[in-house]
Amino acid sequence: MKLGLVIDLDTCVGCHACATACKEWNASGVTGPITDYDPYGAEPSGVWFNRIRHFEVGDYPDNKTVNFPMSCLHCENAECVTVCPTGASIKREEDGIVLVDQDKCMGCNLCAWACPYGARELDEATGTMKKCTLCVDRIYDEELEERERQPACVLACPAHARMFGDLDDPESAVGETVRARGGYSLMPELGYEPTNQYLPPRSSRPIPTDDLPKPSARDKVKEWTNKVVNR
Amino acid sequence: MKPAFSVILFTVASGAGFGLIMLAILFDLFGLGGGFSRETLLVAGVVAFVLISVGLASSTAHLANPKNAWRSFFRFKTSWLSREGVFAVLFYPFFLLYLLGVYLGDGQTPAWALALGGIAFLLALTTLFATGMIYASLKTIRQWSNPLVPVNYLAMAFLTGVLLLFALGLDELAGLKGMLGFAAALIVVAAIVKATYYFWIARPGGPTINTATGFTRAGVRILDQGHGHDTFLTHEFGYQPPAGLTPMLKAGVFLLAYIVPLVMLWPAAAEPGSGAMWVAAVSSLLGAGTERWLFFAEARHVVNLYHGAQAT
Repeated sequence: MKLGLVIDLDTCVGCHACATACKEWNASGVTGPITDYDPYGAEPSGVWFNRIRHFEVGDYPDNKTVNFPMSCLHCENAECVTVCPTGASIKREEDGIVLVDQDKCMGCNLCAWACPYGARELDEATGTMKKCTLCVDRIYDEELEERERQPACVLACPAHARMFGDLDDPESAVGETVRARGGYSLMPELGYEPTNQYLPPRSSRPIPTDDLPKPSARDKVKEWTNKVVNR
Repeated sequence: MKPAFSVILFTVASGAGFGLIMLAILFDLFGLGGGFSRETLLVAGVVAFVLISVGLASSTAHLANPKNAWRSFFRFKTSWLSREGVFAVLFYPFFLLYLLGVYLGDGQTPAWALALGGIAFLLALTTLFATGMIYASLKTIRQWSNPLVPVNYLAMAFLTGVLLLFALGLDELAGLKGMLGFAAALIVVAAIVKATYYFWIARPGGPTINTATGFTRAGVRILDQGHGHDTFLTHEFGYQPPAGLTPMLKAGVFLLAYIVPLVMLWPAAAEPGSGAMWVAAVSSLLGAGTERWLFFAEARHVVNLYHGAQAT
């Protein structure tokens, strides 16, 4: 089993709801607290498991804003686990989730250096490395209703731009979506084989306007009058 | 990468210490130049002990949670950082027993001590290689993921080590020209390694903002990083040296680490007991410190692509 997320860059509206929902759930979760520094001051900062960047792709007029959420990609070849000297960083055999044992971490930062995706952040208050747990304390909780057994970010997304599932199974909902939409990995050339997949924006044709009726002389006069007359 | 003072001090000091004791053992083992006196070997041992120990102690200063540092010996199978720690700790008993043998030997180090010294030599060499591999194994930083990185760590250790050793006891050696030729060879090799490294990392390569986002058929620009102030990521990886400083510092590295020590070999040849070798040794240590600072400052982590960098 390879549990992970599929992020739809076509529908993500960049609202940061996934990041705040993540912070809310995980502040008291297995790797909580996730500390804020100077939260109400002039230079607020802190630990986040999920960050959303905003990019412009292409040049005007053929350009597009793409909102880009990123959390741990739970790589198959997780170098962050390989370099860890204490054994605090682990990749679970049963579901592929990458976790940090807060009782073993010595805060050397080497795993953060080894991660290309910026998924790991040191918590200065505890001196340990923190990262996305894929809400491991939610997704297996049988006290919750079945539809609630998903990461907090997935449940919070108002645009349904986040999907959670087993990416090892090509017949699963996420597997089918990735296949149908041409899902891809970030920085494949580094060989980390990230589990999380990104769905590219759908390419939509411009809406044709050639067949629309041309405005009549009366319409043009009306339009001109509307512009000139100040009500 | 943000140059961390503790790591620079650690790698320069312990590198010089390991280089010093490795060469002292080598000269003792093979009787090069007639060998050093018992006193010089002991002084070299004490200096190496202080340099290595100060270095290792300062390396723990960059840990955010040092109470778990003891756990770092247990992932030997996969982690170069763990291997470095294990080899560094294993080195100590062999090193100290060798020094005991020198002390008891009364001018002629006993064979058992030489054998232990040989093992200490190999462990020191392996520790230095492991230090280099901690950096060279990170695919995220193309300036580090380079075969010359561990080679450079070894070359700088031998360079600073030989100059310290000769500063302590050059006047005891026979065949002075050959000995200085040996030092010159180490200096030249280290300089070639560093020059080749600078040449290699100057060529563009590695991931770009296009592969980082997956949009490979159009230009990509960051509009917003999504946070108003610095984060752990920008603080740790965002450092960029001031424009124009890097070429000046590189010139400083070549001058202090290689050119001054090389030139100082001539006054040292004329008068072996003079301070010329000390000038060379201190200059090489300053050069190595500058070199190590640049090693960090020039490293561009790929996570910068998600904070506005177009390439690494």
